[in-house]
Order: sequence, then C-alpha cells, then structure tokens
Amino acid sequence: MTATENPTNYKWVGTRPIRHDGFDKVVGKARFGADLNLPGQLHGAFVRSPHAHARIVSIDTSAAEAMPGVKAVVTGDDFPALDPTHPNYDTAVNCMARGEAFYHGHAVAAVAATTKAEAKAAAAAVEVEYEVLPAVLSIADSMADGAPLANPNNHTKFAPPGDPSNLATITNLARGDVDQAMADADVVVEMGFDCAHVHQGYIEPHACVVDYGDGKANVWCSSQGHFRVRSMTADVLGVDNSKVKVVPAEIGGGFGGKTTIYLEPIAAKLSEKSGKPVKITMTREEVLRGSGPAPSAELRIKIGATKDGELTAIDGWMAYGVGAFSDMAGLIGAMSVASYKFPNLRMETYTALTNTPKSAAYRAPSAPHAAWAIESVVDEIATELGMDPIDLRLKNAAVEGDLTAMGMPHPRVGLVECLEALKASDHYQSVPAEGTSRGMAVGFWFNIGEESSATVNLNEDGTANVITGSPDIGGSRASMALMAAETLGIDVYSITPIVADTESVGFTDVTEGSRATFATGKAVVEACEDLIEQLKARAATIMGVDVGEVAWVDGAAVSPGHGGGEGGDPLTLAQITAQAKRTGGPLTATASLNAAGAGPSFAVHCADLKVDEETGEIEIVRYTAVQDAGTAIHPSYVEGQMQGGSVQGIGWALNEEYIYNADGAMENASFLDYRIPVASDLPLIETIIVEVPNPAHPYGVRGVGETGIVPPMATIGNAVKAATGVRMTSLPMSPPKVLKRLNER
Amino acid sequence: MSRTHINCIVNGEPTDFLAADATSLLDALRDELGLIGTKEGCGTGDCGSCSVLVDGKLNCSCLILAPEVEGREIITVEGIADGDQLHPLQQTFLEGAALQCGICTPGFLVAAKALLDANPDPTETEIRYGLAGNLCRCTGYDKIVRAVQEAAVQLNSTSKQGV
Ligand code: FES
Ligand code: FES
Repeated sequence: MTATENPTNYKWVGTRPIRHDGFDKVVGKARFGADLNLPGQLHGAFVRSPHAHARIVSIDTSAAEAMPGVKAVVTGDDFPALDPTHPNYDTAVNCMARGEAFYHGHAVAAVAATTKAEAKAAAAAVEVEYEVLPAVLSIADSMADGAPLANPNNHTKFAPPGDPSNLATITNLARGDVDQAMADADVVVEMGFDCAHVHQGYIEPHACVVDYGDGKANVWCSSQGHFRVRSMTADVLGVDNSKVKVVPAEIGGGFGGKTTIYLEPIAAKLSEKSGKPVKITMTREEVLRGSGPAPSAELRIKIGATKDGELTAIDGWMAYGVGAFSDMAGLIGAMSVASYKFPNLRMETYTALTNTPKSAAYRAPSAPHAAWAIESVVDEIATELGMDPIDLRLKNAAVEGDLTAMGMPHPRVGLVECLEALKASDHYQSVPAEGTSRGMAVGFWFNIGEESSATVNLNEDGTANVITGSPDIGGSRASMALMAAETLGIDVYSITPIVADTESVGFTDVTEGSRATFATGKAVVEACEDLIEQLKARAATIMGVDVGEVAWVDGAAVSPGHGGGEGGDPLTLAQITAQAKRTGGPLTATASLNAAGAGPSFAVHCADLKVDEETGEIEIVRYTAVQDAGTAIHPSYVEGQMQGGSVQGIGWALNEEYIYNADGAMENASFLDYRIPVASDLPLIETIIVEVPNPAHPYGVRGVGETGIVPPMATIGNAVKAATGVRMTSLPMSPPKVLKRLNER
Repeated sequence: MSRTHINCIVNGEPTDFLAADATSLLDALRDELGLIGTKEGCGTGDCGSCSVLVDGKLNCSCLILAPEVEGREIITVEGIADGDQLHPLQQTFLEGAALQCGICTPGFLVAAKALLDANPDPTETEIRYGLAGNLCRCTGYDKIVRAVQEAAVQLNSTSKQGV
C-alpha cells in the first residue's frame, strides 16, 4: 500500500505502468554482460593468488603461451606503473597485482585463448613463484601494535604525512560533554558487536567483451556506471578517456558492487596483444573471492538515557575491515549515525586494512553495521525503561535542523512519519501470533546527488526519446519516462527511455547513493522544461500570438485564441512537432547538472519471528518495511527496492558470511555454501511507502535504493531478544551461534 | 577437438548442433544456438538462472552435458510464449513488477511454468518451495510469488472456460 498515494494529483507520477524494457526481459532477449559475442572472440581466464599476502618473485608464462589455442598472456608488467597517489592506483593494482598479492584470489596474470577450456588450462600452466608474507586477517590483527602491514602503500588519509599504516581513516567526532552526560544518565547500556564480511550477491557475475583496435578499447559490459568504467579503464591502461568507449549492457544486479572494475582493462590488454576481441566472465567462485564484499566490523556502543526516555549521549567506537586497499568505510559509518538527536556524542571510527578481498560498496555502505549496534542498544534501553520501542524512538527522532553525527543539520526528513506509520500499521497493531515475538528498528541513509545528463528528443509524430547515462538497475527507465510524461503532458508509452553509451550522452556519474531517479530524473525534467519553452515559442508562431500569451497545459499549447477562452482548440505537442520543419527544425533539449539537495531517507522495519530452541534456527513469519520515498514515482519499483533491501538485510542477519581458513582463503565460495535467502526462507514483505516530498526535487524524489538494507539486522536481533531473552551481538545470527547463546542462558 | 553431433527439439523446433563432450547444455544453448535467454549465475546448480525444461521436467542446464539431450525436447524461456502472445506468467511478471534487474527472470519463468504445469493451484508455501532452487537478489521474492499466484488464477480461469 501507499500511505499517501499520488497526493498532488499527478497524472503519471505515482502510477504503475509496465516498464519499457520489460518485454525483452521476460522473453529472454535482453542482453546482459555475458550476452554479447563478437566474431572471432577469444575467452579470458585469470591466474589468482593462492596466498593471502605474498611477494611475487617471478612469473613464467612460457609454458602457458605454448599451449593450444593461447593467443595472449598478460601480467602486471603489461600495464603502466601509476603513481601510488593516483586516485585509481588501488583499482589498477586490484585488477592485476604488481609485485605483491594482497589477498587470496588477487589476480596476478591472465590468459586469452580460443575456447574457455583452453584459457582455463593455460591459466593453470602459468608458473608463479611466491614469497609468502605475513597476513593480517582480522580487524583486531590489523589494529594490533606491531601488526605487519597489509599493504605497504597505505597511508592514513587526512592525516599528516607519516609511515605506512594499516589504518586508512581515523575519524573522531564529538559534541557536548559525553562523560558528564553518561554520569548524569539514569540508564546506561554498553555493548560490543561484530559483523562478518558479506557479499552483494548479484546473480549476474561480472562480464565484459573488449574489442581493441586503432588505439581504442571498445568495451561492452554491465556496470552501475559506464562513465566510471571508462575513466577507470583508461587510467589503468594509461590512455585518455577518448580511447575507451563503453557500451552499457543490461545489468544483472549490482547493489554497489558494480561501481568499480575488475575485468575491462585486462580484457582490453589481452585484446590489444592478440588482435582479437576478448570476452571475460567471472565464475561465481571468482565473484566471491575476487570482487568486493562489504566490510566486516567491530563495534562498541554506549548510550545513556534519562528515565523518561531522552537519549542524552552516545559514545561509540566502530572499526571496519575493508580488505587490503584504502577505503573510507569508517568515515562513512560515522556519517550514517543520524537517527536521533543525541545532544552529547563521541564517535571514534577506523578503517582497517586486512589481507582479504578489496571491499566494494554494498547498499548504504557502512550504515547497516552501525545501525545493527546502535539500534540493538536503543532496544535494550527501551526494555530497561519499560517503554514501547517506537515511543522511545519518537521521543528522540531527528527532525529538520537536528544534527547528524557529522554535525550536518538534517533537511526535511520523514523519520517521525515513518515511526508513526509503523505504529498505526495493521502489523504493529496486531498481537504477535502464538509462539512469535516482535522487534523493530530504524535505518538511515543520506543519499547523494552528483552529476547527470539527459537529452530529450521529440519525434515528428509527438513521441519522445529520453536519453540518459544511468544504467537501469531496477526500473529506472520507467521512472525517467514517467517524469518526462508528467512534465511534457504526454502518454508514458509514447516515450522511449534509452540508456546510451559513453559517446552518445553527456557525462553521468555512476548509479550509487540512490541517486539515479533523483539526479538523472532532475536532468530529464529540466530538459523537458526546456522543451516546453521551445514548444510554446513554436506554438506562438503557428498561432500568430505573442509567446507570452501561450501556456502549456496537459501536453498542449493554450492561448487566448486556442483553447483559452474563445477560438479554436489548443495545439497538442504532436501538432507542434508535426510542423517542426517550418517552425525552426527538430525539437531537442539537453540538461546537465550537479544535483544538490539529495533527500535523506529513513526506514523503519518490524519483524515477527520464531526461534527454534532445539536448532537455533530463526524463522521470520511476518515482516513490514516502512520507508520515506519522498515521492514514489513508480510505487511498484519503490516497493521492490524496499523488499529487496529488506531481504538482503535478512540474509545478512541470518546466514551470510565469509568464512576464512587460517590462511585467509574463503572456505565457502559458492552459492551452496554462501547461502543467500531463497523464497522458502521468507514471508511476504509488507511495505508502507511514506511520502514526505524532498523540496530539492521537482517531484519530491528522495533516493530509495539503499535505506532498506539498514534496519533488518537489529529488527531481527531485537525480536530474538524478545523471543529468548538473549541479545545476539555477532552477525550472522546463524543457528550454531544462536544455539550456543541459548545454551549459555 | 572432436565434437558430437546432437539432434534434439528446442522450443518445438527440430534442432541440431555440435558440441564437445564436456560442454554443458547451458553453454550449448547460449554459444551454439544463440539462445542467450538462459543465464549463468553460478555454473554449479545453485542459482536456477539456467533453468530449462527437458521433456517437461525442470533442470539446471549447467548440470547437464549437451550430449545427454540427444533426442530430448527442451523448452527455454524463449519458448514459453505462444508466438506473440506472452505466457500468463510473463504477463503477470511484467504487470506485477516481479523483475528488477531481470537476470533471474528467465529461470523463474521456466521454474514457475514447471510448477504450474504440475500443480495448477499451488498454495503460497508450495510456490515458495517450488521456486526455492531459484535465487533472486533484487526482489525479496514477494512480487515473484504474487505474480505466480496471479498467473495461476488466470490459467485456471481460462482452462475452466475451455471446458
Ligand atoms: S547457472 Fe545453473 S544453477 Fe546457477
Ligand atoms: S530481479 Fe535481479 S536477481 Fe532477480
């Protein structure tokens, strides 16, 4: 359901048309990353480090080169040496090791051969001599005094120049007097938490085809942003952006994990060396071992409250384990602390390097870890005070003007509205079913704007092409078409939304931070508004009136003589485009912007669950997700984001984790052993869309993609506490861990 | 490298192709026959993206060797519509927004067809267990389950009309 569906009488915004790209996707015609084959293409395969940390003493490719079908072999030596301060230095080294392998699964060489089987066989024949180096595998190891360096190139960011360090960021935030507030508090709860590495788990493995010729790499791949693929690939190859063209394939899920590159420059170099197109697809095992998981974390949270439920102080320590390359996970974790007023606050965060796969963004990166800890402690306080957990949160909920942990004042936000919506919901008003217990929690994500471009071309028959550079991850073509239809006043199905390649549309940042519908949507609306001005001028010419007398109403030009009082009919958009030739030529408009004013989005989740006291298994029987969407452009896809985020969070809460052996090798690198939720694990996910419009977007859009993954872990942990009296503090809450804690009661 | 000549029926059409003995049916469909609708999410039988019907039974095409389908009848996602007329499952997936990225969709459509062919009136739980071999990371399954329920209703009402 939608709380305030279509509040402003939009004609198209808030409706649920079938998505424009849907047909191709249900008949099997849509082309994803692995679905392009070029004549004469070769297949690539990687050689990957069997050690968590090792010096590469030598690589002998001669045996591999002599094998049947092999056309090219590349190692780190084939790529230009970037300066270690270059922003894409780490990306380059992660794509292909240079002298040192930083994790088990790190690419050290690659082969191209006529068939996949030949490439695989040749990769196995590349001889690499390693000198094993000490590896740091946990956050505690990484932060210990005298710890070996995970990566000697890492220096702490934003710190005075110094020796290499395992810490990529150190952030200390403070306001008020935390020590005094804790001393004055009626209730103080302090607890420690930890989270394992988890993977984004997109079903489509990374894949690309690169055809190199005439000094240029022509790349076909699926990604969350092909302009970023272009610049990263160009930097790794040491060429200008003009020497890389990226054509976006359909993308089979990304969730943050496809905001970076792994394959493209390697395929480009293999193509350059062999003179043939090269296709590389990762296996699922490679996806898990060699592409980005979300960080692990260790957290300690202390919160003080008065006896009537004012949360007076938070004292937090959070460390994120990010793999062997610099990252800002700790800083972003601090930025995600924003749900409550907290007059006194101290937040100390760290980003710690480990010799594990380089972490990549995963939906509201760093926020789920922090919310898991903070929302668990807030729940303990509600229990100690005997307060309803929603009432406690309502009393402390951040509103416009309240400061985040970073000290940024919130713009208009909808946390109170979300809490009230859950409180009024059928779910929360019902008594939990026999044998089940309930928990709830809050999540926050700030969302981002960044750069987007859009071109809108009106066709001579009054239809339109809306061209953007934002890949369609989950219905964004439909959202762009809806906003264009609403603005121009034409039918949504007369619009063709197109995701264009890097040479056919203006620069557009990667789809991350829930920005596509917000920022790219804003560019689409601006282009349409520009067109309306052009249409009015053309109409004025046709009508023989002054342009100042023409208004745009419902997809048509209206003037005193044409529909505005006496006289003839209004001139429709199609009637104007039909006469474009004699009124000045084709009607097109382009808008580009760096979007400010992304609206933060809050979510509130509620779960009813059962804990099997004999096995430790948790069964979720009812689940509701409430979220502020600003305005739901296409409510079905907003619900879909909320449901998908919820279930990824449920998987994170219950099952998912990287299990490493003592040597730092992942032991569960398959979908059989890295277990993401399946349909039979879950109930329906009920959704309540709250709409507190974002004043900085023409239709009030906030990003909705990410917040939904933030609340589930604490929602479930809080319900487990209600069910069993046990406070789980380690993710995932897998049956063995739950059983152990139950037995310790 | 020697290759075997395989004859089978794919989406109703007699078809033949060459494949090395170790080639999976998945690779043969995608690379030899150009039927790219069948997807590879894992290659190890754990995700269901590669679901096809072999003689009417649901299978992971990544776990079948191409030579094993000699003489068999295979249905892929490309074969479940009736010409231009989408299968009710395809239509309800579209109307119910049961796909986000769409990479899992072909596998779900084939698995759901197998489910409804065998059990025209499944409960929600039967749908959830019937589709438990198919992973979707985008939707949380909610809209997929509802789309299958809706397709079952539509199929049952048309089959009743036919009686
Ligand atoms: S590709 Fe066959 S089950 Fe995953
Ligand atoms: S829609 Fe993306 S995996 Fe199912």
